[in-house]
Amino acid sequence: MRARVYVSLKPTVLDPQGKTIHAALKGLGYTAISDVRQGKFFEIRIDPQTDPAALRKQIEQIARDVLANPVIEEYRVELLD
Amino acid sequence: MRFGVVVFPGSNCDHDAWYAVSHNLGQQAEYVWHGSEDLGGLDAVILPGGFSYGDYLRGGAIAKFSPVMAAVKRFAASGGLVIGICNGFQILVESGLLPGALITNRGLKFICRPVDVITATVNSPFTCAARPGQVIRAPIAHAEGCYYADERTLDELEAEDRVVFRYADNPNGSLRDIAGILSRERNVMGMMPHPERTSDPLMGSTDGLVVFQSMVTAMAAK
Repeated sequence: MRARVYVSLKPTVLDPQGKTIHAALKGLGYTAISDVRQGKFFEIRIDPQTDPAALRKQIEQIARDVLANPVIEEYRVELLD
Repeated sequence: MRFGVVVFPGSNCDHDAWYAVSHNLGQQAEYVWHGSEDLGGLDAVILPGGFSYGDYLRGGAIAKFSPVMAAVKRFAASGGLVIGICNGFQILVESGLLPGALITNRGLKFICRPVDVITATVNSPFTCAARPGQVIRAPIAHAEGCYYADERTLDELEAEDRVVFRYADNPNGSLRDIAGILSRERNVMGMMPHPERTSDPLMGSTDGLVVFQSMVTAMAAK
């Protein structure tokens, strides 16, 4: 089994890397791009024996306590078979 | 007074901090390994600068789970003096001992140069030996030093006189020019500039010594 965790800065937090990438894209002529936010992506492999309900709870906890800093970041968890 | 300097894998200002309090101030100082679960009767703890655990994930994000940080949390809860410098400040905010976060500098670059910081309060064990408004020139050396907190937290910090240092000329985009803050109980302080790097005449300035001197003064008054 696999889980994916996406971590990105909250909309209220300045993302200078995203802004720089956005400016570069504009420079390349991609005028339709209105904003870019940069984040992190984690792919986690899990023992297939794990109970799915417990698993989601664990991954959520890992995302909240370790992978993301809730002061500045938000996260999204995806479970894959 | 017994200072403990915590050494994480990747700390690189630990010796400077140790030298500042032992050689420049004549206090007892010892290293505390990150695996220690007990602080053994120290009077104050220094979380030094560097790149604890390679700064992987986020600055301070792995260090907060180290055994020594559980001990530092208990020490802080019992009123012990804790100062976090640079990466140490990042560890303190990650651990929840101080509010807010330190994010990528607005200009994206790692900045390594001396800056002027203004002592915003002398009502703290880390600045009680300073004059109100005293300007300290100390180097910063960080890529993630932009102080961030939500508006409510920033208002609270100011209302409670917990901003301890402000940049004279904001180098990294820190909100409200914040370079250092105090915990609510005022016994935990984090700052991005490096006072230990301006603590010896050979370094060209001893401006930073006042921070450690204040801690000694505050402990003596206890």
